[in-house]
Amino acid sequence: MITRRVLLKSTAAVAALTVLAPALAASDGPIRVVATFSILGDMVSRIGGEHVAVTTLVGPDGDTHVYRPTPADARAVSEADILVVNGLGFEGWLDRLVESAEFGGVRVVATAGIDPITFEDGHGDDHAGGHGDEHDEHDEHDEHDEHDEHDEHHAHDHGAFDPHAWQSLRHAVTYVDNVTMALAIASPESASTFYRNRALYVAEIEALDAEIHRLLAEVPDSARTIVTSHDAFQYFGRDYGLTFTAPQGLSTESEASAKDVVRLIELIRSQGIRAVFLENIADPRLLKRIADETGATIGGTLYPGALSGPEGPAPTYLDMMRHNARTIAQALAP
Amino acid sequence: MMWEAVVQPFADFGFMRRALLGCVAISVGATPVGVFLMLRRMSLTGDAMAHAILPGAAVGYLVAGLSLGAMTIGGLVAGMAVALLAGYVSRATVLREDASLAAFYLISLAVGVLIVSMRGSNVDLMHVLFGTVLALDDAALVLLCSIASLSVLTLAALFRPLVLECADPQFLRSVSGLSAMTHFTFLALVVLNLVGGFHALGTLMAVGIMILPAAAARFWAAQIGSLTAVAVGIALISCVGGLLLSYHFSLPSGPAIILGAGVVYAISVVLGPVGSLAARVAVRRHLEV
Repeated sequence: MITRRVLLKSTAAVAALTVLAPALAASDGPIRVVATFSILGDMVSRIGGEHVAVTTLVGPDGDTHVYRPTPADARAVSEADILVVNGLGFEGWLDRLVESAEFGGVRVVATAGIDPITFEDGHGDDHAGGHGDEHDEHDEHDEHDEHDEHDEHHAHDHGAFDPHAWQSLRHAVTYVDNVTMALAIASPESASTFYRNRALYVAEIEALDAEIHRLLAEVPDSARTIVTSHDAFQYFGRDYGLTFTAPQGLSTESEASAKDVVRLIELIRSQGIRAVFLENIADPRLLKRIADETGATIGGTLYPGALSGPEGPAPTYLDMMRHNARTIAQALAP
Repeated sequence: MMWEAVVQPFADFGFMRRALLGCVAISVGATPVGVFLMLRRMSLTGDAMAHAILPGAAVGYLVAGLSLGAMTIGGLVAGMAVALLAGYVSRATVLREDASLAAFYLISLAVGVLIVSMRGSNVDLMHVLFGTVLALDDAALVLLCSIASLSVLTLAALFRPLVLECADPQFLRSVSGLSAMTHFTFLALVVLNLVGGFHALGTLMAVGIMILPAAAARFWAAQIGSLTAVAVGIALISCVGGLLLSYHFSLPSGPAIILGAGVVYAISVVLGPVGSLAARVAVRRHLEV
C-alpha cells in the first residue's frame, strides 16, 4: 500500500519536476551521491547501480555518533548532487559540514515518513546536543514536502527520537523509497532502472523480514530480553518482540555509571539472561566484565550501525540484518 | 544505614571491588609521584606527559587491537621518548625544561593524530583508549598493582636524591653524579603511572588523581613524609567517594572520582591549617594583637 502510493506520488513528482526544474536533471555522468554512513551507502548503490557514484562518509566499522569529518569529505559533499542522511539527530556533525562545504544539491532524509520510537526519559539526556540539528532536519523535511506531499508522522512536540531506524526492515523499505524517489528526480531518464532495482531490493528485504520472524519465533518467551553494549536495537526489538537493554545510554559518547552497571547486573540475574552481545563499535571491556560478573556468556558480535569490511560477516545491509538475527537466535535458542 | 550505603555496594558487586582495588593501586602508586612533581614545580609536566602517551597507546591499539600489552608498551615508548628527548635537550642546550617538553609532546601528539587519521578507522579511539574503572579485568588489575609496587619501591630507593633535587638541584648536581639518573628515573615513574592510570581512568583523569590530592595535601602538612601520607589518604577518600557517588547517583565514575578530589582541594585551599586562606587570616590576627 505504502509502496504503491509512494510510487504514484513520486512518478507524479518526477513528471512535475522535469517540467518545473530542468536544472535538476543530471548531466551525462553518474549521479554523485554522498551517503553519511555505510548502511545508507549500500542501499544507494543497490538502487542506483551503475547510474550513481556513491561516496560514504563513515566507512565500515565506523561510529557515526562521534565521527569527525575530514576535508576530503567536505569536498565530496560540495561536489555531490544528492546527500543521503539518516536524520532524527543521528548525524550531529552534519549541518556544520553541509554549511562549510557549501552543498547545493538535494538533501534526502532517509527516515522521512517512518514511525519513530521516542526516547524514554533517562536516555534522552544523551542526545541533548542533537536536538538543534534535528529540528533543522525537520525543516528540511518540510522543504521536501513541497515536492511530494509525503504524509509524515513526525510529531514535532515529542522530545528526541531514536535514530537507529534501519534496524527495522519495515522501515528499511521507507529508506529505500526515499532514496529511489530522490534518484528518480535527479535522473528521470534512469528512473525506470531505479524503480526496477527498488522492486527487487524490497522483495529481498521483505523475504528477509519473514525469515527473521520465523527464526525468532522459536525463542521462548522467558528468554526474550537481550543485553548489548550500545542501545541501538529498539526498532529491531519492536519488530520482533524482543527487549533490548544496554549499560550505556543511547549514544556511545556517554560513559556508563556504576549505577547503570548495577541495574544491568541485577536485571541479568533476576531475569536469568543467558547471553550478552558485543557490538562492533563500542568498548567491549565493560560487557566482558558484566558477563564475568553474572556468569552469562558473550553471545557474539552484533552490528548496530555500521557494516563490516568486505571479509566480515556483514558487508551489506541485508547481510548485517541476517547476521544480527542469526547471532541472537543462536544465543537464545533453548 | 551507613553499612548499606558505603559497604553494601562493594560487598554485593565484584566489579565495584575491582574498581576499588584499581583505585587503591593508583592512589598508592601515582599520588606520591604527584607530590614530588608538585614539589619540583612540575605539576603541568604530568599533563604534558599524558598527552605524549596517548598517541603511543593509539598506535599500539591500531597495531594489535584492544590488547593491554600493546597499548601499555606503546604508551611507555612514546612517553619515555618524549621524556628523554625533552630532558636531554634541556640539559644540553639553552632551552628550559618546560619549553623543550612542550615542543616534544606537541610533536608526539601531532604524529599520533596523523597516524590514527591515516589508518582511516573512525572507531571511537577515545573510548577504547580511555579505560573505565568499572571494566577492570584481571590483567589490568595485575598491571596496576605491579606499577604501584614498582613505583613505591623506586621512590623509596631514590628518596634522598629526589628530596635534594626538589630543594637544591644545583647542589645535588655539584656533589653527585646521580642527578641526571634521578631525574630520568623519576620521569620514567611519571610515565609508568600515567600509563597504568589511563587503563583505569583514562589519560586525563589519571593526571587528576596524580596532581589534585598532592596539591590539596599541601595545605595540611609541611613535611614531605606527612605530605605524602595525607595525599594518599585524600586520593583514597576521593576514589571511594567517587565510586559511591557513581553507584548511588548514576554519575560516570572517572569524572566523579576526580571531582571528589577537586572538592577536597577546594576545601583545603580555604580551610587547611598550612598556608591556606584561613591560616593566613589567623596569622595576620595574631600579629595585630
